[in-house]
Amino acid sequence: MKIAVCLKRVPDTTTKIVVAGDGKSIDEAGVKFVPNPYDEYALEAAIAFKEKAGAGETVVYALGADVTQETMRTALAMGIDRGVLLQSPGSPDGFEVAKALAAEIRTGGFDLVLFGKMAVDDYNHQVGIMVAELLELPCISAVSALAIDGGAVTAEREVEGGVEVVTCQLPAVITADKGINTPRLPSLKGIMAAKKKPLELKPVTLGAGGVTVTALALPPERQAGKIVGEGPDAVPALVQLLRNEAKVI
Amino acid sequence: MTAILAVTEQRQGALRKVSLEVVAAARALAEQMGATVDAVVLGGGAVDGVQALGPAGADRVLTATHAGFDLYNPDGYAATIASIGGSYAAIVFAASAAGRDLSPRVAARLGQACATDVTAVGVEGGKVVVTRPVYAGKALQKATLGGSVAILSIRPNTFAPVQAVKAGAAEIVTVPAFTQRVTVREVKAPEKAALDVTEATVVVSGGRGLKEPGNFALLEALAAAFGNAAVGASRAVVDAGWREHGAQVGQTGKTVAPSLYVAVGISGAIQHLAGMRTSKVIVAINKDKDAPIFKVADYGIVGDLFEIVPRLTDEVKKLKAE
Repeated sequence: MKIAVCLKRVPDTTTKIVVAGDGKSIDEAGVKFVPNPYDEYALEAAIAFKEKAGAGETVVYALGADVTQETMRTALAMGIDRGVLLQSPGSPDGFEVAKALAAEIRTGGFDLVLFGKMAVDDYNHQVGIMVAELLELPCISAVSALAIDGGAVTAEREVEGGVEVVTCQLPAVITADKGINTPRLPSLKGIMAAKKKPLELKPVTLGAGGVTVTALALPPERQAGKIVGEGPDAVPALVQLLRNEAKVI
Repeated sequence: MTAILAVTEQRQGALRKVSLEVVAAARALAEQMGATVDAVVLGGGAVDGVQALGPAGADRVLTATHAGFDLYNPDGYAATIASIGGSYAAIVFAASAAGRDLSPRVAARLGQACATDVTAVGVEGGKVVVTRPVYAGKALQKATLGGSVAILSIRPNTFAPVQAVKAGAAEIVTVPAFTQRVTVREVKAPEKAALDVTEATVVVSGGRGLKEPGNFALLEALAAAFGNAAVGASRAVVDAGWREHGAQVGQTGKTVAPSLYVAVGISGAIQHLAGMRTSKVIVAINKDKDAPIFKVADYGIVGDLFEIVPRLTDEVKKLKAE
């Protein structure tokens, strides 16, 4: 089984966001960058499917600045065979990223192309789906359970008030949600091995894109409210406030 | 005449409430652009609730009917919307499970970018501008959509449905031929019919302070007392396997904006706060008076949640009974 996984380097979710001087991006000083958490599910799925198949190849793709190589080494340390970094200082929007990834993946002969359902930085929730459309491959997004039997894919995705059961045939694009698996931690042996795994660098030039970010701002601070009281005796006062002051019940 | 397309949602023949929010967002754009609003309904047959689309702000209601459209049909829906979408100034989707899947498909087919999870819209210099939370709401991004068709999805519970007094003219859309690559077989109901945390008016969330998974029964009772409420959870308890990941509120879970958010036994880690800070009213119940959750809460009670929550359930029940 030949499997591609696309990875994004993102700020750790515990990061306190500070707006940079340009007023449009985050100040990266002191920010710890990690593999996008949803992409870790995709990486785990790729490694596990190859292990189960007993043969094949797993390739991790990323688009970003050269520093993204560090993040890709984490994927290689988990067990991915090799990596390809599409070198680009930034990306104007998800569609431009999708076009670059699709152009690269198109000729790879992959049975399965995996993504995280979204990146926890820009919340775009779109690149994997767009890549599938550009490659004219079936796509099931935000998958929380996945089974592949021969060429038949059965996936579950959470929808409001239920779980959709969705099927398609390989080759396919799947984007992973939490719940699909538990990503493994890189072993010491894996970390050592990762240093020697091939990581190819390919410069790409993206188009101008259709989304122009004009400003990034912190949301208005919520004012700390009042402590209504201590213990269960404060409950009637709380309920009255919710009814008469906040008018939410 | 410039027009905006609002892509509505139905499931098994019933229009979903978020559809009216999509029409409201499209209406807001239309008013600023001097445009009209077309609402499109994709279904397997007649859809209950379409008569509400005109009064909610649609000038025309387009119906695309296909035997395979009872459930969400990614390829068929995308082909249909893409077949008519190119002539619109903007296409508005819901950032729902289906809309998040469909909007990038349509965007890619039309060769356009896509702005997801939008919480405010406007028009500047003839272009659609959007505000969208990024970093799970820790920051707000403002962006201009420059393509020939502005494609966006709106976050549920952020655009209030509008009421106008008109019917909306009915039109039929021909479903084009499409290759069906993906098939939605069924929507399994959960063991207990539960409202999704992103759609509920009230969300009652629990964290490690609940001590063990069985104690979430206290929160389920409180949610039942409120009505139209869902039970959420912190990342810690989801990672511990106490609750389904679909209930997780926070940066690696869901972002919610209910009228009332009740945080029970949740200290308020930065990644949790990111997921619920846009709630209209926040109540915190925690034994630690210094817990960060109190810094964002409108109302707080310090104390033992095992005493406070049952009392709160009783008081809410009493109020609802009045």
